[in-house]
Amino acid sequence: MDLIKLSAADLSDAMSKGEVSAVEVAQAHLDRIAAVDDRVHAFLHLEGESAIAHATSVDARRSAGEQLGALAGVPLALKDNLAMRGVPTTCGSKILEGWRPPYDATVVERLRANDVVILGKTNMDEFAMGSSTEHSAYGATRNPWDLERIPGGSGGGSAAAVASFEAPLAIGSDTGGSIRQPAAVTGTVGVKPTYGAVSRYGLVALASSLDQVGPCARTVMDTALLHAAIAGHDHRDSTSINAEVPDVVAAATRADVRGMKIGIVSQLSGDGYQAGVSQRFTEALTHLEHLGAEIVEVSCPSFDYALGAYYLILPSEASSNLARFDGMRFGLRAGDDGRNSVEQVMSLTREAGFGAEVKRRIILGTYALSSGYYDAYYGQAQKVRTLIMRDFTAAFAQADVLVSPTAPTTAFKLGEKLDDPIAMYLNDVATIPVNLAGLGSMSLPAGLAPEDGLPVGFQIMAPPMADDRLYLVGAALEAALHDQWGHLLIEEAPGL
Amino acid sequence: MSTNHETIAFDEALKTFEPVLGLEVHVELGTRSKMFCGCSTVFGADPNTQVCPVCLGLPGSMPVVNRTAIESTIRIGLALNCTIASWCRFARKNYFYPDMPKDYQISQYDEPLCSNGYLDVTVETEDGPEVVRVEIERVHMEEDTGKLLHTGGATGRIHGADYSLVDYNRAGIPLVEIVTKTIEGTGHLAPAVAKAYVAELRDLMRALDVSDVRMEEGSMRCDVNLSLNRPGDGWGTRSETKNVNSLRSVERAVHSESERQAALLSSGGRIVQETRHFHEDTGRSTSGRSKEQAEDYRYFPEPDLVPVAPSEAWIEELRATMPELPSDKRDRLKAEWGINGFELQTIVNAGALELVEATINAGVDSAAARKWWTGELQRSANESGVELADLNVTPDHVKQVEALIANGALNDKLARQVFEALIAREGTVEEIIAERGLAVVSDDGALLVAIDEALASQPDVAEKIKDGKIQAAGAIVGAVMKATKGQADAAKVRTLLLERLGVSE
Amino acid sequence: MTISRADVAHLGRLARLELTEQELDHYSTQLDVILHAVARISEVAADDIPPTSHPVPMENVYRADVVVPGVDRSEVFASAPAHEDDRFRVPRILDEE
Ligand SMILES: [Mg+2]
Ligand SMILES: [Zn+2]
Repeated sequence: MDLIKLSAADLSDAMSKGEVSAVEVAQAHLDRIAAVDDRVHAFLHLEGESAIAHATSVDARRSAGEQLGALAGVPLALKDNLAMRGVPTTCGSKILEGWRPPYDATVVERLRANDVVILGKTNMDEFAMGSSTEHSAYGATRNPWDLERIPGGSGGGSAAAVASFEAPLAIGSDTGGSIRQPAAVTGTVGVKPTYGAVSRYGLVALASSLDQVGPCARTVMDTALLHAAIAGHDHRDSTSINAEVPDVVAAATRADVRGMKIGIVSQLSGDGYQAGVSQRFTEALTHLEHLGAEIVEVSCPSFDYALGAYYLILPSEASSNLARFDGMRFGLRAGDDGRNSVEQVMSLTREAGFGAEVKRRIILGTYALSSGYYDAYYGQAQKVRTLIMRDFTAAFAQADVLVSPTAPTTAFKLGEKLDDPIAMYLNDVATIPVNLAGLGSMSLPAGLAPEDGLPVGFQIMAPPMADDRLYLVGAALEAALHDQWGHLLIEEAPGL
Repeated sequence: MSTNHETIAFDEALKTFEPVLGLEVHVELGTRSKMFCGCSTVFGADPNTQVCPVCLGLPGSMPVVNRTAIESTIRIGLALNCTIASWCRFARKNYFYPDMPKDYQISQYDEPLCSNGYLDVTVETEDGPEVVRVEIERVHMEEDTGKLLHTGGATGRIHGADYSLVDYNRAGIPLVEIVTKTIEGTGHLAPAVAKAYVAELRDLMRALDVSDVRMEEGSMRCDVNLSLNRPGDGWGTRSETKNVNSLRSVERAVHSESERQAALLSSGGRIVQETRHFHEDTGRSTSGRSKEQAEDYRYFPEPDLVPVAPSEAWIEELRATMPELPSDKRDRLKAEWGINGFELQTIVNAGALELVEATINAGVDSAAARKWWTGELQRSANESGVELADLNVTPDHVKQVEALIANGALNDKLARQVFEALIAREGTVEEIIAERGLAVVSDDGALLVAIDEALASQPDVAEKIKDGKIQAAGAIVGAVMKATKGQADAAKVRTLLLERLGVSE
Repeated sequence: MTISRADVAHLGRLARLELTEQELDHYSTQLDVILHAVARISEVAADDIPPTSHPVPMENVYRADVVVPGVDRSEVFASAPAHEDDRFRVPRILDEE
């Protein structure tokens, strides 16, 4: 059996049956990484030794008859903006080169507690600012479907690792689509849980009121298993929701949409959406209809302003969150020649340590918050946020979940939009609204666009704390498409 | 850096100008753990031993609010007669400084937890004590910064230092900022009002037991905003004098800044809106950051913290924990000690209330306790510029000394020497008396010799006394006391003298 | 509303970015473009609409005032650019006391 092709669920099953050991599974994935990552460049840092050591202990405890978690021994790739004690954490930035956190993110603690084997840290747009992973200070990640194309962003590394069979599971973070858009363009599954469902403690903040950690995998069930492992209240995150996590695994198992109302958001289709993307989206709707769902159309007029609000709120919060990268306590310090003042050294450090996109957004955010402009920009953006939440509330009165294409286009070519921020930002037009409203959302493969043969993503959006609905619908659609194709879409990806 | 040393005497200045005051006081709360993390707040620990990812501002860390800090702030608000907000948020104050780990301070901006209160303070005037109501603008929560140590260069000061060292133990300790509305119409009382206000706040914090309010350790710090205006004109430009860190300095800062501004204005100059830095040593301030260089703090609601929304029930619960407030306490003590407001105010202004109270509770009578603390001891405290409490004289010392006076072993003059020696840390009361050989001379023989010598040297006085002019005895008694270096009991000398001359009263 | 080079230079000082001449040109042009693209939000955001600062409405989240162990300074200093005498060493500060 080809271990790297197995889902997390199947690997877990095989390991618990004793058909394969956690060490064999970890080694198979490390070998795969060794074989293909020089081309994909999904990883920034590998933890091979500690992965094998952890896998060894999992095997030992399993053979000792210890009861282990559902994901015990399953390998995982961790996005490089999550703190892992003693392990380099760069956020894809030069400014954090050499920083080894003295603590674990809550998500990392929970992965350890579940005996998930962490293989290494994955590449990302610097500080998660981008939709292509080209803004990493350590070089771009490539899309396994076409190495000349982008794997999406900011979590291109996590998506590419999963898509190229380097890991069955990965952790991402989603501020405006950074889990879902990469999933869409790499033919994988990604979920952005309800804001506050997964602890942000240890996630290097981009925009605190938008960021959310979530699971990436090749199947809906695998994302559900990982979601269940990392979600839940954390007293170290004041914005963490103190409530029962909906049973996402049960929902993924039920995979039933009969009697459900599924709402198409009219503002998230049509103009600007690639023909093949719209076609696969519509076909997916037909599948859901056949499965017993009722398709309705809903209108969310203020979504037209979501992108504008997002590109004011995000830079504003980011300009403050990224202030601490000043070369005083950790990471890079530049220009400390004994004569330069602390102010000069801070400025030289930040100038040298931050890339173009990060500087662009820091300047924009500083402007949007500065006296005289706050009301016109940040203040207005927060009002638009209210309007978007109202639109969602109204829409969810008509439908149980909302759907749209995840991204307007399939994967574009590396460098194509690198110096056109607006064009780059437009990739997030469909994924941003849920971040502004704090809702949960999933992207899963809907097929390949006929015109370029590249993956298309189908986005599902659920009301707050109803993340289980994402899995009910996602798993049902996935099964229907699986029946149609006879396999997962990712199986059609060219071998590397 | 312009420092204007020409001044106009305060009283002169007040003839032309009306000072307008504003006081910002920062109080470090005495919570066990920090504002947003579980690190200890114990003072004086080894550098960077009370730190964690949160208070070091490490990437990925997140703040969680200390419930006790919120409760202390609400109790302060209640004690200051403030409105407690039913809903408010923390805000980020963005500016870069190496003592601030996140390069933003979590504070409150336009939604303070407490607002619109007042505090009545009493100041002495020519015609008795006067009550001045100081209105409170706001009371809000924020976090303290780390401590900088300036190294290399000539001075240990920031200027000319080669580099600095940072200890983040203090970073994240809960701070409460108490801001007054403008205090107007106090005229020449302005310095006294400022001092009395800060002293009253300090006593209030102690009574509430929310802070140890030790100004010399920086757990209570005061910024003085001051402007002068000619009566009738609008307000003048104000300066903000920072780190004024003792009661005495608060008074001096208002005084010297009024004089400085008056001189400038009278000589046709203009006041620049700036922050100034007070120097305890000179009692003067030097110019700091001007308005033009002022930061743009880019405040916005802290997204990592959820709103603070105290329920009525919670507030009432806290109201129930309010202790006897200093003003009520003073009314009670006036009655118990049988003194008037002025006498009590003297004690309060001397910062001696707790000490006098403890001394009286130790069994010393009220008059004596007050006499020592507000007299001799306060004088020494002022001379050495320290708080009474730090004089190394305790209520128990006063009790011991008073006991010795009662049984005639000491007299007031000798007692003063005992206190002087205690302050000089020469040892215990017993040791000091032994060391310095302080004892009332009660040996009649020795006294009679001294009396005879005195009579011999002033025969005319001796005659007067014999003729019945007993009031003249004072001269001889004085001479004897002088001869015995004050170690005699004056009353006893008088009795012996009259016996000697065979006259009776 | 257009952003001049001077504006960008000022923002660079506020944000502690030692921007190059080219960057000043580059960003002033791009900021204009971006701001024009986002400016339309003012069309919809009327006065009577309350701003939303937190996506999930929550209140009163607190921790008890108990001391919990922090981190070992040596582990932090290991990743620090400079330290001395158990303190973080930083360049000289040009500022008032
Ligand atoms: Mg303050
Ligand atoms: Zn701490």
